[in-house]
Amino acid sequence: MEMELPVSDRILMAHGSGGKLAHELIAKGVLPALSNPLLDRLDDAAVFEVSGRLAFTTDTYVVNPIFFPGGDIGRLAVCGTVNDLSMTGAVPLYLSLAFVIEEGLSQDELGMVVSSVRQAAAEAGVQVVTGDTKVVNRGSVDKIFVNTGGVGLVPEAVEISGSKAQPGDKVIVSGTLGDHGIAVLSQREGLTFGTELQSDCAPLNRLVAEMIEVSPRIHCLRDPTRGGLATTLNELAAQSRVSIRIYEERLPVRDEVRAACDMLGFDPLYVANEGKLVAIVPPDDAEAVLDKMRRNRYARDAAIIGEVGEASPGRVVMKTRLGASRIVDMLVGDPLPRIC
Amino acid sequence: MRFVDEYRRSDLAQAVIGRIRRGSTRKARLMEFCGGHTVAILRHGIRQLLPPTVEMLSGPGCPVCVTDNSDLDKAIALARLPRVILTTFGDMLKVRGSRSSLQEVRAEGADVRTVYSTLDALQVARDNPGRPVVFLGVGFETTAPTVAASVLQASREGINNYHVLSFHKLCPPAIRAILDSGEVDLQGLVCPGHVSAVIGSQPWEFVASEYGIPCVVSGFEPLDILQCIDMLVSQIEKGESRVEIAYRRGVHAEGNQRALELMYEVFEVCPAQWRGLGTVPGSGLRLRKEFAAFDAELAFDFDPGPTLHPKGCICGDILRAVKRPSDCQLFGRVCTPASPVGPCMVSSEGSCAACYQYGDGAAGE
Repeated sequence: MEMELPVSDRILMAHGSGGKLAHELIAKGVLPALSNPLLDRLDDAAVFEVSGRLAFTTDTYVVNPIFFPGGDIGRLAVCGTVNDLSMTGAVPLYLSLAFVIEEGLSQDELGMVVSSVRQAAAEAGVQVVTGDTKVVNRGSVDKIFVNTGGVGLVPEAVEISGSKAQPGDKVIVSGTLGDHGIAVLSQREGLTFGTELQSDCAPLNRLVAEMIEVSPRIHCLRDPTRGGLATTLNELAAQSRVSIRIYEERLPVRDEVRAACDMLGFDPLYVANEGKLVAIVPPDDAEAVLDKMRRNRYARDAAIIGEVGEASPGRVVMKTRLGASRIVDMLVGDPLPRIC
Repeated sequence: MRFVDEYRRSDLAQAVIGRIRRGSTRKARLMEFCGGHTVAILRHGIRQLLPPTVEMLSGPGCPVCVTDNSDLDKAIALARLPRVILTTFGDMLKVRGSRSSLQEVRAEGADVRTVYSTLDALQVARDNPGRPVVFLGVGFETTAPTVAASVLQASREGINNYHVLSFHKLCPPAIRAILDSGEVDLQGLVCPGHVSAVIGSQPWEFVASEYGIPCVVSGFEPLDILQCIDMLVSQIEKGESRVEIAYRRGVHAEGNQRALELMYEVFEVCPAQWRGLGTVPGSGLRLRKEFAAFDAELAFDFDPGPTLHPKGCICGDILRAVKRPSDCQLFGRVCTPASPVGPCMVSSEGSCAACYQYGDGAAGE
């Protein structure tokens, strides 16, 4: 008579050993949710044909807590890489997915992460075609770290780069700033403030495709993740050797985010986003692009927030509500909540 | 957003700016005591909007900045003790003492934890009954009552592993020290809003009556600050010196009696060491004898070592408003928020960090 393997809800070191438990974890916990012909072959590498200009990117996701309002590390890992591809104008096709799991994570939690990966991939229309799972000693990682890589095809005639901003271009942001950073922060241990706020974590590839349809001449696209809008605008200004001027009163910021930032001494310009983009667009196309964006569910609050200038290359300046101008610098270091 | 948007309305702001420009004929060097005001002034670009007669000087109102190296060394030495958990507000982590910072000793293995309130620190003590938990008490009259409340709570619950390292400071004596030094030519004082919400406006009366300097308590929104400047300019023009409140929704003349009672139930006034000002009599708070068991200075045996100060750093002069960040040779070159030399570049409320982040007001395009 065969004996059943002892069933534990927890992921053990043995799950990463390459042995029977490891196979079972992948076969039961991961593969069914992500099933597709390329993945199901289970060869050492996924093999597929493409023709054209390939965009290729990778990112590793570490977030505490791993589940937060509006998303989790699984959704984040898919959206982040899909968005990185999208910011070159590429149509994302295939992803790789690797987990580094801390022993003791529950199988349920892993199941929820995998299920979010599946949902986000389905929403973005991409397939996970290869992957890896490792389990490490307690304390070696914080619950679970996720890496995704991705490839996508750049449509012909699309030339989007952070170095292409031109004086006169308009700067568009796709929606409210800082939702992700504040939503995650509100869940951190020790910081308890009630908020209905959700992370904006979302795949932006369809939005980008719609924008390119309206204006194939979009000069720059970038997602203002860590470091927030201020850091992204500084990168673009430096790369393109231009100045950027934005207007405080045009910046879309939710009341909850503003209130939390005021309380903690943060500036929404520096708070992370996971489902927003900044577009730098030739002035003649700006209104049409904005109009198209606002019809997408992920860009309802899109706004033209400023323009590109010639003087002082690399500098980002904001016209404040009071009519004064001030420098908007990059984020340096970690923002720390203040004392008083 | 209600209660915020009203205080950022640009049409109202323009009207107040116009009034200040028209009304100001005499020299008006105004000190904003509080770092929160400095940040708001630079963030909204208020300096650029003022007439040449009105000059804003940043004062010592940043609790992180005025914590002396000798005190920082004590916190760092305590954090290094075996089994000790040091809890602190986040912005103290990066400030360097004579030889190290809490961030560095944490990387070396010390158990230093960021908390967002004193009650979180107390929870750490409850959760770790076998280990001493120290709360680093840095702050002004705004913070001290909450620390007092945590000590009283610990006392009620019989939590005996909770200790406070008190470097709390009182604001009015620091202003007296600055005025007595005669180093700074001042015509007006923007009094701190949150501190005054606790202590009231009455403790500033001596500035007006003894030194003849107009005082106005201000809130932190652009319109609050502009209204405060307008009121100060108006007093200066008339040759008056009174204490007024431009922050009535937050501050009453008598302050918050309950908070003050709590504070003085646990703490008593003592001399304190201020960066830049040296020892200022009657400007500190230490735990009363009844609460000696909670006093980290008494509960532990530790050696902070000799106090050193970084060469070339003029944070002390900046905190006294004798110099500006741009006068410092290190500013923006050696000393940046990424690798700060002095505390004024570390704290988000520090003048150097604010000038670095937002420009000193002169910068346009």
